[in-house]
Parts: sequence; C-alpha cells; structure tokens
Amino acid sequence: MALPTGVREDATSSRTPPTTGAASGGRRRAAPPFRGSRRGGHPFLPWLFLAPALVFFAVFRFWPTAWGIYLSFFHVRPYLGNQWIGFGNFTRAFSDADLHSAVWHSLIDATASVAGSVFLGFCLALLLEGPARHLRILRTAAFLPVVVAMVAVAELWNSLLFPGQYGAVNSILSDIGLGPLPFLSSPHSSLATVIGVQIWKAAPYDMLIFVAGLAGIDEHLYEAAAIDGAHAFQRLRYVTLPSLKPITTIVLTLGVIRGLRVFTEIYVLTNGGPAGSSQTIVPYDYLQATTNNDIGYASAISALLLFATIVLTLLVRWWRAKVED
Amino acid sequence: MAIVGSSATALGLRMPRPRSGARKRKRAARRAARLFAYTLVLAVFLLPLWSMVATALSSATSKLGSMDLIPNGLTTANLSSAWHFGIGRGLANSLIMEGVGLTLQLTVSALAAYALARKKFRGAALVMVAIMATMMMPEEVIAIPLYLIIGKIPNPVTGGTLLDSYGGLILPLVGWALPIYILTGFMKRIPMELEEAARVDGAGELRIFLRIILPLCKPALGTCAVFGFLMIWDQYLLPLLVIQTPSMNPLTVVVTSLQSSQELGDGVKLAAATILMVPSVLFYLALQRYFERGVLSGSIKG
Repeated sequence: MALPTGVREDATSSRTPPTTGAASGGRRRAAPPFRGSRRGGHPFLPWLFLAPALVFFAVFRFWPTAWGIYLSFFHVRPYLGNQWIGFGNFTRAFSDADLHSAVWHSLIDATASVAGSVFLGFCLALLLEGPARHLRILRTAAFLPVVVAMVAVAELWNSLLFPGQYGAVNSILSDIGLGPLPFLSSPHSSLATVIGVQIWKAAPYDMLIFVAGLAGIDEHLYEAAAIDGAHAFQRLRYVTLPSLKPITTIVLTLGVIRGLRVFTEIYVLTNGGPAGSSQTIVPYDYLQATTNNDIGYASAISALLLFATIVLTLLVRWWRAKVED
Repeated sequence: MAIVGSSATALGLRMPRPRSGARKRKRAARRAARLFAYTLVLAVFLLPLWSMVATALSSATSKLGSMDLIPNGLTTANLSSAWHFGIGRGLANSLIMEGVGLTLQLTVSALAAYALARKKFRGAALVMVAIMATMMMPEEVIAIPLYLIIGKIPNPVTGGTLLDSYGGLILPLVGWALPIYILTGFMKRIPMELEEAARVDGAGELRIFLRIILPLCKPALGTCAVFGFLMIWDQYLLPLLVIQTPSMNPLTVVVTSLQSSQELGDGVKLAAATILMVPSVLFYLALQRYFERGVLSGSIKG
C-alpha cells in the first residue's frame, strides 16, 4: 500500500534482473552451472576475456605499487644511481615533524569532513525524501555540487571566500553583523574552511544514499510505532536511525579511509598553507617528489599511506563481518 | 488505516489527525518552515554555482573577490579571454581523454565482468580478490611511482616514453575496479537459459557476449558510464605529474594555471571553471537515472 517512490524504483531496479520475470531463484539453480566440454567452454576462454583488464591492472596498479615499495628503501638520485639506505626513509618519516602535522591534519580532515557530510546529508535526506515532483527537482538541484569537478569547486570557493570585506561570503556575513572572516588566509581557519568546502561537495552525495535508505524502510514500522503512540522524534530515534545504521557505518568508515588521500582541494585551495596549517599527506608527498625532488622519501610516504589504507580497510572488513554475524 | 509512504511518514512529521483551528495554524507554520528550509537548501547548494556562472558572464570589471548574482552587463568577454588563455585546447584534451578513456574503460570492464560473472574457472576467486585489492591502491596513493612507471613504458608513436603523451594521460585510467564490480554483479543475475538457447542455435562466445549479455546490461553500463565520466573529468594529480607540454593539459590543469589579477578580477578564472562545470553537469542530467541507481552500490564498494 505504500506508494512506489521514484527513488525506491531506482534503488531496487539495479538489483533486479533485466528480464521479464524469468529469473526466479529456483529456475536459475535448475540451469546447468557450467559445462567445460561445451562449445565455447574452452578453459582458456575466461582468461581471454580477462586479459585486457589484468594487463592494465598489472601495469598501472600492481607494478607501480611494488616499484614504490622497492624505491622507498633507496636514496633515489637521478643519473647517479640509486643508493640503498635500508629503512632510512622510514626512520626519517617517523621523525619528520612536517609529516607528522600533515598526518594529523589528514586525520582531522578525513573524520570531520565525513562526519559533517554524513550528518548534513542525513538532514537533507529527511527534508527532501519523497516522490513528489518538487522534491525530485530540489534533490537534483542540491546534488549538482557532487558532479562538478573538484578543481572548479575549489576555484569557486576561493573566490567566494575572499578574505577581504568585499568577498562574497564576507559581505553577507557583515550584513548580519559578523565581521569579515579570514577563511583560507589564516592558519587558524584554513583547515576548517577546506573541510567546509568538502562537506559542501560531499553532503548531497550522502543525501542520495540516505534517500535510498529511507525509501527502503518498511512502512509498517512507522505504522506500528504510531499506533504505540510514538511521536515524531521517537519515530526518528527508534525506527529511522536504527534502520539506517548499517549503511551509515559503511559510509562513515570508508569515507574516512578515502578522506586520507585528498589532494586536489588542498592543493588548489591552500597549497597546504598558510604556514603548513592545512598540509595533508598526499600534497606533502607530491611536494617531496616534485619541489624537493626526493623520490625515495616520497615513495616511502606513499608506501606508509598504502600500508595504512590496507590495514584500515582490512580492519573495517573484519569488524563488519564480526558485527554482521 | 493506510499510511501513504512519503517524506511525511519517513520524517514522522505528519500523521492523520482530527482538524481544529490550532492544528490548522500549526500546519501553516510547518509549511512555512518547510518552504524556508527548501530556500535555504537552494541558497547553500545552488546559489554558489549560479553566482559562478553570473560572474563569468559579467563584464570584466568586478573587484577581486566580489561575485555577482545577476550578470553585471551580460558579456562573453571573460569567456573569450579564458578561451584566449588555452581553455579551448584544455576542453579538447579533456574530451579526448573522455572519448578514448571511457570507451576503453567500459570495454575492458565489460569483458572482464563477462568472464567473472558467466564462467566458472580455476582462479576466478583469486582474480576477483586481485581486482578488489586495487581499490586499496588508488591513483593518489601510488601517484609518484605510477609517474615513474609511465616514464619507463615505451611509446610506439613518438619513440620516447608515455610521459608527456595522451597515452600516459589516458591508459592509467582504463583499469578500474568499480565498473568491473558493478557489471559483474549485474551480469550474474541474467538467467543462464538465455545464453543456453543461443548456444543451441550455434552462437559463438563473442556473439553471446555482444548480442545477448551486453544489450541486457544497458542500465549497469549507464551507471558505469556516469561514474567513469566523472572519474576521468576530475583527473588532476596525474596530469600534473605526467604532462609537461602546456598544450596537452586537460581542462582541470588549465583552469588552475590561470591567475586571478587585480585588473581582470576573478571573472576569467570563474569563466574557465564554468566551462569545466558545464559538461559534467549536462552529462549527469542526461544520465541521472542511471547515476541514482548506482549510488548505493557505488558508494559502498567504491
């Protein structure tokens, strides 16, 4: 009896087979799974189809990864030959104060921007969920920041947040009695401002996830809660939030891992400044490889970041498997 | 009593209740609050983008940092000076990247997904694990060694390496785990009977792939196309490292190479950013349905 919302269609149709009802589970199981002797069933055949992808992954993912780990044990000197220095680059990384603050900023940036965009996205979803036409239009409009390239977003906010009193945002702020804020130009507010821009770009994406999640909640739960006399806030607290918990934890944890590797917004908005106040891991790594021309050290930082990414991903996977049991 | 599934019930705001004067007033207040919230959403998310377009179309005299909401003397002066500074070339390069890169990415992914979804073979699980493992080594993390590797691969066209070439710009983007993942999941749900019937009729493997499986995968391919388009359009760090010749830079790099100045204001730069924004917005609006379908799976596994 629930109206099929447009979003509900969108959320489920990719899960449905594209044929007209022929794909019931029973019939699929009845079909012969695989017959190697059949025509076209040559054992090499799957590998023929996989070959292009495997070549691209091998050359542009696995080889660079392995090469980067290898180089991180060297002092890389162009034309002079590489010099083996064992764990030298790593010990340097562990005592590099600039890297430490970059790691610290990355952690703050990743957690704050993901938490912020998940929270804002959830609020947006509560506000804009539903099949009505005006809601669809509003969702589409609010979603546009997601599809605009990060470079354009960064340049736009660079202008909007111009620190002087003529800056667009500052002139609005002074209209309501808040003095001009320095935003990106002060070491005290640069990282927070970058986080704000990231939330602006990411929140509508999280909104769409939550809209799909809200549409998937069983209406009967609300009905039952209403009959039991639960008021609006209680329904939100005891029906909506628990139903969205799994999807929220996934979005949060993977978002944080992804947040550790931001480059474009930092590089374009602040280039790590002022005075390193918004420097994060990947732009710092880039600086080491290009300006400081220290490929070995840059590779070691990349290797550490890779290691952290793998450990965090496996931890999340293990933790999710444990929770789901 | 039936509760119609809508935003109202999800929010838990509105339930059928007896009407009275007080309730009516409360309703009106809620309506006003909602309208205010909608306006706020538009002001926060759409207005900045609109002001970028408006400032880009203004005559090039605005002060540094000031933005327009209504184009101040509608001109294309900023757009044409942006064009003069190489935006046109950047746009062409980005479109080349999209055309070649997206085609290759979708082709390679569909082929791999076909093998993973429709065939049982020794090592399939290992291949899947390897492909998923590449999600842990994104371009940003391996950018520096990737740049070094690109400098080692010979370029058959120029005789040099892939550094500073379209090949070095595009080929690293072809192998991407996300479309393989989406397409494999989708192809697994196509019933085997369809394939069997064609096989009985004497269709070969390639024919089955091209004529039966691929056409049925259109929605999933649409999803992958939107994600792939945005991924390629967003490329910034890799071109920064790989490309040295300015005329080969994609649009993103050209946009950030433009400097704001006291005389020109931000107009030219924002005109360039507008040119960067428009194609991806159009592409998204055209394929919006596919995108919304994919967000759930994509966000979880991307």
